[in-house]
Amino acid sequence: MIEIIFISTLNGILFGMLLFLMASGLTVIFSMMGVLNFAHASFYMLGAFFGFEISRHVGFWPGLIIAPLLVGGIGMFVERYGLRQVHKHGHVAELLFTFGLTFIIQEVVQMVWGKLAVDYRVPPMLDFPAFTVFSTQYPAYKIFELLTAIAIFLVLLLVIKRTRVGLVVQAALSHPEMVGMLGHNVDRVFMLVFGVGAGLAAVAGVIAGPALVTQANMAHSLGPILFVVVVVGGLGSLSGAFIASLLIGLLQTFAVASNASLADLFGELTGTGMFIAHVSDIWNVTVAQLSAVMPYLLLVLILIFRPRGLMGTRES
Amino acid sequence: MRKLFGIATVAMLALGTAILPAMAADTLKIGYVDPLSGGGAAAGQIGLNQLKFIAEEINGKGGVLGKQVEIIPYDNQLDPQVSLVQIQKAIDQGVRIIVQGNGSSVAATVESFVDKFNSRNPGKEVVHINHAAIDPSLTNDNCSYWHFAFDANVNIKIEAMTNFMKANAAIKKVYLINQDYSFGHSVAGAAAEKLSAEGSSIEVVANEFVPLQKVTDFSPYIAKIKASGADSVLTANWGNDLQLMIKAAGDAGLSVNWYTFYAGLAGTPTAIQQAGMEDNVFQITEGVNNIDYKPMQEKVKEYIAKYPDSPIYYPRLFTAMGMVFKAVEEAESEDPVKFVPKLEGMRYANFIDGKEGFMRPDDHQYFQTMYISGFGALGADQPFDEEGTGWGWKVAAAVPVDDTIVSTTCQMKRPE
Repeated sequence: MIEIIFISTLNGILFGMLLFLMASGLTVIFSMMGVLNFAHASFYMLGAFFGFEISRHVGFWPGLIIAPLLVGGIGMFVERYGLRQVHKHGHVAELLFTFGLTFIIQEVVQMVWGKLAVDYRVPPMLDFPAFTVFSTQYPAYKIFELLTAIAIFLVLLLVIKRTRVGLVVQAALSHPEMVGMLGHNVDRVFMLVFGVGAGLAAVAGVIAGPALVTQANMAHSLGPILFVVVVVGGLGSLSGAFIASLLIGLLQTFAVASNASLADLFGELTGTGMFIAHVSDIWNVTVAQLSAVMPYLLLVLILIFRPRGLMGTRES
Repeated sequence: MRKLFGIATVAMLALGTAILPAMAADTLKIGYVDPLSGGGAAAGQIGLNQLKFIAEEINGKGGVLGKQVEIIPYDNQLDPQVSLVQIQKAIDQGVRIIVQGNGSSVAATVESFVDKFNSRNPGKEVVHINHAAIDPSLTNDNCSYWHFAFDANVNIKIEAMTNFMKANAAIKKVYLINQDYSFGHSVAGAAAEKLSAEGSSIEVVANEFVPLQKVTDFSPYIAKIKASGADSVLTANWGNDLQLMIKAAGDAGLSVNWYTFYAGLAGTPTAIQQAGMEDNVFQITEGVNNIDYKPMQEKVKEYIAKYPDSPIYYPRLFTAMGMVFKAVEEAESEDPVKFVPKLEGMRYANFIDGKEGFMRPDDHQYFQTMYISGFGALGADQPFDEEGTGWGWKVAAAVPVDDTIVSTTCQMKRPE
């Protein structure tokens, strides 16, 4: 029992940090620009493929620097020549724009790298088991993921809360005209923020690529889970997203570990007939089978009982 | 109806280029109806490459009945309704041989459409060559005289796989883990029944279901497998759900053997090698390149030279087309009414190993030697690796045709 709880906690924290790594860029863009970036997972995928391509020529570590810079540049370009034009038509137009972008990026990636998975590998330096608990190994690469996620969290928090740049960015969101009057170039601030958000997505891609599978459907298979992280954490709250990632990671991991079903709680159903036959299907579904639904259940509950999210400051 | 018309118009425009050559000469037309765009496009494109390869080869030898073979692709987007529009168009263009395989739901729709079409349009019959869909209902309750299944169906694969496992004394505790949808459940149910049948020394320690293509982190599942004390895992997972699971097992240092249906699919060999799972992962198929059969190996080398970026192919598709061409030649007609009687019951030397398989007339299911192969570093006489990994599929056991035969509920309705 102790073993299961310990291992599940560890797995949950590691998975939660991976989620935060993936969601941090999304939170940044949302909290500072108010744009729900549907193309986030596509930037994440671009990061993975750029990281792969660079790692083939100059190694993993240069890729970790260069790929996010490149993707950040693409992000800025997209903001400058796409999103900014759409911005004046409101949030729905922005949403649709980023949604369309996902398909374009997907097709481009397929054209360049094909539809099959590419052989993107963990760097040899980190390719060893870091420690073993209860005869389960934990690879060093996962610890690296965890540390990177925490580092990104701390740096972002510092920049937003404690630096002039962060102050200007925050002010530009609520009072763009005033910030403009004070001599700051609001458009450029937004462009930079979008670039940073896309770059962070790429960092996640470079790091998650070797751990997961780098292929053209990876943006799609990431699915809407990141939006759950952002909404549950509180729209626009970095600390909220951090806590929500951990919460979802732990929730899902513990759900998988549990084999309980309604039948275990209340005993087997007895009797026959159509009704019982239908109900018994539901009766025997285990918590583990529902693990994928758990985050969405949490999302629904949060939206009903605490619409601003765990740490959010706004209602919408 | 308007929508249907819309789709048809768009599709016509999209395939306009394919129409012209189709009408140009008197050829033996093969309509390939499979996904060529969207999520299934990778799988669909492989079949198209292969058919073109087959056509070029036979055309070089003078074609079939003196006619050139022409492959006409129709993109069905893995959608049953789009498939019907495309098949209708194929029929209008004079196609009488439809090759389709991806997606059991698509295959079921095509099978029943072709059956109805043929009964309503005597003299215009078409035949459905199914090269990949393996839902047992296609050759059982819903069987059709005009449908031929060339891949071994789920029942056959489970029968062969579980017999192999039961015969292996080292396997004592088996963990079943499958995707939470109809296919995963039918595999799990049948496998659990066979493995724990009387006289079996195998204990099924768990029957787990994972949400279909939704899991990013498989480490909690790996922890459960470890806790169960299982020595083997049987899974019909495919795609991400198999690749990520095996990588997570490699990360956690879990040492069990994996018995799979789909470890050979694109991307999975790469993942297995990354996980360092040498000789731990097995699959069941109709054969692998490293079977020591020279005519096949020569042909595969030729194929890989032609498609170096996509060196994957379906052995059964070579067999299927070979059999269709043979039936057409024997019947001296490309009219399905005349050549289908030659095709059902035909015995044929399989492409992959040269051994004889047969098309069972009772349900039009093809039976062939099945192979269980393991993935790992290659020996001297095993020239073929996968996806540039340096590792390849090596035969662990061959299940002779006679041991793959399962019963059918099909009550074949033959035309008068």
